[in-house]
Amino acid sequence: MNRIKKNRLKDQIFKAWGIFCTLLGIVLLAIFIGSILVDGIQRIDWDFITNLPSRKAERAGIYTALMGSVWILVLTTIIALPVGIGAAIYLEEYANKSKLSSLLEINISNLAGVPSIIYGLLGLEIFVRVIQMGSSVLAGSFTLALLILPIVIVSTREALKAVPKSIRDASYALGASKWQTVSRQLLPASSGGILTGIILALSRAVGETAPLIVIGALAYVPFAPSSPMDEFSVLPIQIFNWISRPQHGFEVNAAAGIIILLLITFVMNGIAVYFRNKWQKKFK
Amino acid sequence: MSKEKKDTVIDKSIKRKHKLQAKGVKVFYNDFMAIKGIDMNIRANKVTAFIGPSGCGKSTFLRLFDRMNDYVDGFRMEGEILIDGENIYKKKVNVEQLRKQVGMVFQKPNPFPKSIFENVAYGLKIQGIKDKKFLQEKVVASLKQVALWDEVKDDLHKSALALSGGQQQRLCIARALAVEPSIILMDEPTSALDPLSTAKIEELIYELKEKYTIVIVTHNMQQAGRVSDYTAFFYLGELIEYDKSKKLFTNPEKQQTENYITGRFG
Repeated sequence: MNRIKKNRLKDQIFKAWGIFCTLLGIVLLAIFIGSILVDGIQRIDWDFITNLPSRKAERAGIYTALMGSVWILVLTTIIALPVGIGAAIYLEEYANKSKLSSLLEINISNLAGVPSIIYGLLGLEIFVRVIQMGSSVLAGSFTLALLILPIVIVSTREALKAVPKSIRDASYALGASKWQTVSRQLLPASSGGILTGIILALSRAVGETAPLIVIGALAYVPFAPSSPMDEFSVLPIQIFNWISRPQHGFEVNAAAGIIILLLITFVMNGIAVYFRNKWQKKFK
Repeated sequence: MSKEKKDTVIDKSIKRKHKLQAKGVKVFYNDFMAIKGIDMNIRANKVTAFIGPSGCGKSTFLRLFDRMNDYVDGFRMEGEILIDGENIYKKKVNVEQLRKQVGMVFQKPNPFPKSIFENVAYGLKIQGIKDKKFLQEKVVASLKQVALWDEVKDDLHKSALALSGGQQQRLCIARALAVEPSIILMDEPTSALDPLSTAKIEELIYELKEKYTIVIVTHNMQQAGRVSDYTAFFYLGELIEYDKSKKLFTNPEKQQTENYITGRFG
């Protein structure tokens, strides 16, 4: 066999391996989604979404957990958004490139890798006990906000970095202050990228279970929360609770709950992809 | 209009012979010395060209006059830069105010990703001007000044990014003119443009010098000869020779200058 044929063979082998790797993830996910759909789709109806939890599997619904997730999502956004974007703007546009700021940068990246249960313990100590919020929606939201803050900061900084330096030059040269440049040029130009990062971070938050269990979110809540200080449950905890029960009916409920949760994260990711594509076009 | 009347209309300060002055200017980037002690006077209402090989410090020197180096990491300066006799590196100088007086045009056209109108109006809007009629008039006048009006008058609210490179650069000049500066700094304004667009910009520079003091950095010797009244040759962070363009290009004093303009190095 000559060298050219050998190289071509190597090429073919690697290509096959690449296709296999790509398909592996997709196929596994497809099998998982397929089996969940088979188990749970017949259970999903309007009642399933609007019913309160119950001891009887066929009457139990996800209403309280779904509402808990919605509350958590909204409050987490309100808390994490201004803090995360503010920190990112400071680090990217205002801070001098000193040793302190590079130390801060490394720490923020590290924080993104801290296991979520550690954030739960932090939230339990600070928000539940010291500030005495109790096991409330608010305490949960603060905890999850801390959890996604590093992701929001990193992705916002990436979006700001992607705005060409020439835009900053042009703005400053016309006599704009830093804040005018940030608010009138940089934020509008990077909003798509920032939004993408935030939505991806939130779709992670909506699936988090461990930190919320630690701060005392309940598996059984008779009513949906009506204020930030109420006790709450969220979808993943509800699913976890159902799956651990012996009766078959609850297994079906869990599958149905998973379908709803997946649907929420898929929709959120879809929105993120949409904004990213729209934003990428802007500079091309 | 008589000569005197014109002067009072424009600005009293331009009667001063030297609009821009540098006194013992040294610039450092961390430990690297980019400008090694330059004294220079730049005349009002003339076009002064900075020439020299890449890395000679001419762009850095140009950007001192509107303090655009301030945000560069490790930047440090010694000496004084004076505009109309005032040191612009004094502590109490308002940098934003200074930059309204000194316009800048960059190497690559850099319009904002906004409409043509918004681009020109931006400098006025950030000053808090909201009067729509005034903004409209100012935008139209500025676009006419750079001879772009006829080409874009029906597309004022279209994206500036849709314009050609040459049009974008003229838009950037209009944007700078809208805030009524008295000085315009140009950092290789035509290096990214085709010959036809370049000719238009050069023509424009020639017209603008009546009202403005213009400093232009260029790599193009012919351009320096065509548009400038005075030319300064920089080499390795030093001002080698500075004279009337005619004199410098035909009969330079220094050997280094002659070597450079005849293309023997650089």
